[in-house]
Amino acid sequence: MAAIAGDFSSVPALPKWVLAFLLLAFAYGVVPLIGSSYLFEAILLPFLALSLAGVGLNILTGYAGQVSLGSAAFMAAGAFAAYNFNLRVEGLPLIGSIVLAGIVAAAIGIVFGLPSLRLKGFYLAVSTLAAQFFVQWALTKFSWFSDNSASGVIDTPRLSIAGFALDGAIGRYLFALTIVSILTFFAYRLVSSQTGRNFIAIRDNETAASIIGIPVLRTKLLAFAISSFIIGVAGVIWAFAYLRTVEPDGFDLDRSFQILFIIIIGGLASIRGAFFGAALIVVFPLGLSRLGGFLLGDGFDSGVLDMSQRIVLGALIILFLILEPDGLVALWDRVRRRLAWQST
Amino acid sequence: MPLPCYALGLEASVYAPEVFARGLPSALLPAQSAEADAGAAGSAAGATAPLLSLQGIGLSFGGVVALADIDLSVRSGEIRAIIGPNGAGKSSLINVISGVYRPDRGQVRLADVDYAQVPAQRLAHLGVTRTFQNLALFKGLSVLDNVAAGLAYKVRSNFAGQVLGIGRSRGEQRDSRGRAEQILEFLDLTAVRDRLAGTLPYGLQKRVELARALVARPRLLLLDEPMAGMTSGEKSEMATHIRAARDRFATTVVLIEHDVGVVMGLSDRIAVLDYGRKIADGTPDEVRTDERVIDAYLGVASDNEALSRNEGRAGI
Repeated sequence: MAAIAGDFSSVPALPKWVLAFLLLAFAYGVVPLIGSSYLFEAILLPFLALSLAGVGLNILTGYAGQVSLGSAAFMAAGAFAAYNFNLRVEGLPLIGSIVLAGIVAAAIGIVFGLPSLRLKGFYLAVSTLAAQFFVQWALTKFSWFSDNSASGVIDTPRLSIAGFALDGAIGRYLFALTIVSILTFFAYRLVSSQTGRNFIAIRDNETAASIIGIPVLRTKLLAFAISSFIIGVAGVIWAFAYLRTVEPDGFDLDRSFQILFIIIIGGLASIRGAFFGAALIVVFPLGLSRLGGFLLGDGFDSGVLDMSQRIVLGALIILFLILEPDGLVALWDRVRRRLAWQST
Repeated sequence: MPLPCYALGLEASVYAPEVFARGLPSALLPAQSAEADAGAAGSAAGATAPLLSLQGIGLSFGGVVALADIDLSVRSGEIRAIIGPNGAGKSSLINVISGVYRPDRGQVRLADVDYAQVPAQRLAHLGVTRTFQNLALFKGLSVLDNVAAGLAYKVRSNFAGQVLGIGRSRGEQRDSRGRAEQILEFLDLTAVRDRLAGTLPYGLQKRVELARALVARPRLLLLDEPMAGMTSGEKSEMATHIRAARDRFATTVVLIEHDVGVVMGLSDRIAVLDYGRKIADGTPDEVRTDERVIDAYLGVASDNEALSRNEGRAGI
């Protein structure tokens, strides 16, 4: 901890780790006591899974500048890998399955990251679509992945760590929160390390990065690997803690876009941004459905909800790209600065 | 970007400015890389062998000849300017020397090794750094991190060690931060060290790029139009910095410049390019009075010749 404290001591305001500590204390100590099961099941669990996926994609796209539309594929790879490790390896603890699932996702990420060595920007984004379609196809085609289940939809095992059952809503929430906290801390350390600065250097000017001796190819593949690892674990949380089923259809292209929107709306190249964006994406449809039901009554059915969701979300993305390209995080910081300025 | 406070207090003693100020051969500085040591030893042993020499370099893009049969030698420790009108092939030459382009013909000899193409990825390891004509800073990094990135080629710790803060990563980070701080101070950039590089005015960004190239203490520093787009005040300031960098770090400098006036006062020797050919090479005084240089710059040529030249130039 000494090193961490040292890292922050040059920041004049309240040290960031104090804020992070307070937030974690609230999430662990207060939320489980006051939260309803609806809050955990419908809001916090998808929020945590999508936030973590956003953190993973932000490392690749926000920091290293490699656009990817394959996030859902890496989530699926993680979820199915964890399921199969858990099913087929006797005595492997759950945490072992999760780590191995992340490694499988990372390996797939490296394979589909290879085109990034030659392709940039839009062209790379299109080539990562290959991951999206290939993984989804393979999982549907080979029923071995879903243990030859007839429907292709499989129930995940009950969560437990060291014999301690975590299958209630609060248990699954704490399970997800712990994994997300650990990996977010890892991501935060990574982006402020030399490797993280190499990511940014490659994003901002690849030629200059190469000339000053940053190993561009290796660094890009590393970004794909780390990002896919984190997204793969997010897939495990999505399937094991949130849905409690695994099916390939849940990880379609829409999900990939959703994660991309999360980091665009939240703020590219910002760890916090992934959480801001995920909060908006998760809470927004619920709020919209309440609002629509209140205003229109029975006329506001699920079809209308779905359509109005897409319209409003699309408009929001356009507005953000024009008015606040740095996302909700920049907005938040600006508001906070103004408040601080007024209070002095 | 949070800064490790321990880096500052500890490094002050190791990287005291007086160590630099003595201007000793770089071999005596503790943190020098092995390559740089070899370079310093080479320059002390014989001033005759050039640090860099080009032999018969030819380069064309499609049908357009960018460089034709260029010979150039650069002595250790000198400031060598390459000048010429627009489209003369100056930037192409720098790109050949730094390995960005592979020449069609000829050899680049760098510290007694011949290259058909200089390995750009290994450039920093060879003790060569460069700046770019159009700014090539990392806009999303602070000034300090931009400069420290100039030492990225030496990093040997992996990401896991860096994340956990174990192994050699902490020492490396301290070391590169400390050296970057020294260079920032040397170039009067300390006041802006925590600003994002992309938010600085143009002249300062140029200077940050110089700092990033200098922090590795290269044997050979390639500057591609370091004063382009500057006011005359900024230009003379930059010239002072370049000369000071050469004097303090015993760096050999090759620079490309448009502004003949600045170059005359700054350089030891000047090569003049026109239409991809070297038309003159010598001390500033020799070049100043060379008839062909005057022709190239002032266009004292017959109307027909000038016309055909302009047509050729449009292609380049």
